[in-house]
Amino acid sequence: MVYAGGVDVGSTQTKAVIVDDQGTIISRALIDTGADVHGAAENTFAQSLKQGGLDKSDIAYVIGTGYGRYRVTFGDDQITEISCHGRGAVHMFPKTRTVIDMGGQDTKAIRVSPSGDIDDFSMNDKCAAGTGRFLGAASSALEIPLDDLGTVALAFTRPVRISTTCTVFAESEVLSWLGKGKKVEDILWGVHQSIAVRSFALLRRVGVEQEVTFTGGVARNAAMIKALEEKAGVQFNISEESHFMGALGAALFALDRVAGGQKTQPAAETDR
Amino acid sequence: MTTKISAGEIVGRGNREGATLFQDWYASLANTAEEGGRGAYVFVMGSFNEILKAFDLPIVFPEINSLQTAVRKVAHEYLRVAEDYGYSPDICGYVKADVAVQFSRGKHPMGRIPKPGIAILTNACNTYIKWAEFWERIHQIPVVTIDIPGTRDGIELEKQDAHDFANDQQYVIAQIKELIATCEEVTGTKFDIDKLREKMEAANTLSTSWKRIIELNKNQPSVFNALTDGTVFLGVANGFRGTKEGADYFTRLVEEMEFKAAHGIGAVDDEQYRLAFVGVPCYPIFRRFNEMFLQRGGTYINSTYLWFASGGANRGFEYELTDPINSLAEGVLLSVRSAMDSMFHQDRMLEEIADDYGIDGIVYHAIKSCRTVSTGLADARQSLSERRDIPSLFIESDMMDRRVVSEAQIKNRVDAFFEGLASRRQRADNA
Repeated sequence: MVYAGGVDVGSTQTKAVIVDDQGTIISRALIDTGADVHGAAENTFAQSLKQGGLDKSDIAYVIGTGYGRYRVTFGDDQITEISCHGRGAVHMFPKTRTVIDMGGQDTKAIRVSPSGDIDDFSMNDKCAAGTGRFLGAASSALEIPLDDLGTVALAFTRPVRISTTCTVFAESEVLSWLGKGKKVEDILWGVHQSIAVRSFALLRRVGVEQEVTFTGGVARNAAMIKALEEKAGVQFNISEESHFMGALGAALFALDRVAGGQKTQPAAETDR
Repeated sequence: MTTKISAGEIVGRGNREGATLFQDWYASLANTAEEGGRGAYVFVMGSFNEILKAFDLPIVFPEINSLQTAVRKVAHEYLRVAEDYGYSPDICGYVKADVAVQFSRGKHPMGRIPKPGIAILTNACNTYIKWAEFWERIHQIPVVTIDIPGTRDGIELEKQDAHDFANDQQYVIAQIKELIATCEEVTGTKFDIDKLREKMEAANTLSTSWKRIIELNKNQPSVFNALTDGTVFLGVANGFRGTKEGADYFTRLVEEMEFKAAHGIGAVDDEQYRLAFVGVPCYPIFRRFNEMFLQRGGTYINSTYLWFASGGANRGFEYELTDPINSLAEGVLLSVRSAMDSMFHQDRMLEEIADDYGIDGIVYHAIKSCRTVSTGLADARQSLSERRDIPSLFIESDMMDRRVVSEAQIKNRVDAFFEGLASRRQRADNA
């Protein structure tokens, strides 16, 4: 059996995925990136090997992706997370033509070809507005764990309009609404809507061509899905593996290399 | 008897000689400053070099001074001086670096810059007007603003109405005459039309050479890098327009580029992707920016910068020396209009370049501190993408301010762009 690996070193978390020669995920691992980027890459990969009951020597090819891709020194090559998210999304949902990837520090809108290659992309620039970092600021201000934000926000009744798009000012605006007696869920829904507006602008730049697949860590947040879908006016594909989509794409590219450039066939159509 | 030139002698000569001329120019400005002399402050889009040099005025391009602080990695020191004084971080970085130069009595990494004795500007960029007002206020100097009537057909000569053009030309002639009178006052020297002819003849050589050099990059492989080599050429084209040194330099540059084309010597060893650049370069990481593309096999074949910042050389216009003032007005009208309108009609011009130069991809570089060149980029990109399937990359940074230049983010985009180009080429090969 041939195995290939992908390691996605993101700004907040590092993910690793190992696939078999059919492109099926054998194992996955995730840890916080922290300051030791190289160590995070090695540890995540080691965990994924352990989970799959595999040894490094079993893995024919490894590709690093994400901001820390060049720190995946044990890997064989590097590919940007833009390409990897596109590839992973088309693998999971073959009719994907647009990908919105929302991570800890940046958000990307990617238009892909039927084969999963990038046709166009757009990203937020140095400002972290419209990214997961904005949610982090709200989480900190409201003292609600990041993973619970979506659930709390969906209980909104009278949404608050968050005017700032600046992550630095988000915390003070959230606190000011609290001071005015607004409910936490209404403020939080406003935060999600604010991010959706920024992210939709990126989507519009590349064109919202259906189907749209939402990837990245924030794709696990139900309120974010709702806010973005309402803004875009389409329903998104969401995979259970959304958080690992970059690492999956990297592993699939690695598998291509093993197969001498032949692309692994996408997975069977997956319903949302 | 003809002397055979070897590749070792000629290849790279333009860059070497350009660097020397550039240093000589700044050394001469430093001498002027040390001796208490003053310069004529001008801008790249309509410099009137020919007139000013006919009065032997030392020419100072504050735009070039400013970008040099970024290339030499000290721009932040200059920007901070202007911002401490009260200029917003959002104001043009070129202006702010110059403000710092003026406040520090001409201190500059290339040598001391003389104070202005006169400033000449056109309306090609609205910031020019406010910028010159600053000099006018702190140095109490005459500022001559040449108003160039705009047209939305500036890049298409055949579309310009002859009657309107003649009227516009008369309007510019009247302003040139006012400029001459002001120069006579400032220098105490009587205007010499034959000296103007001499400067215009030298400018003709430069302009025709410039056009030839740009066209030579249709060659495969390309003979020069439009971003890096092109910027050296631009420096000489602006600083030495209307001089024998400038004319000789460009004559020799044509010789070098023709030699390279004839011998198949490319700007890079392995030209895989031919790119066009739109906007002003990312000077804070000038070399590194170019390397990111080179490392992936991409080289710049053409650039809008080579049109609008070439100091009037972009059209290859040749003056009619028997009628210098009329012809100067015509040349200025055409070149400044072209510089202004090239920003509006970029999509059309880029389409032509894509076809004529075999372009694989277009890189749009929007910069925070210049609205004039950045505002229309998204529109140009959208417009072109609706008509033509040319891959493009949109990068946002700055020409001066390293605080808004993220090398890691740029690299990520550049890598993704090339991954897209590679898969596109592979698909085409497989089809």
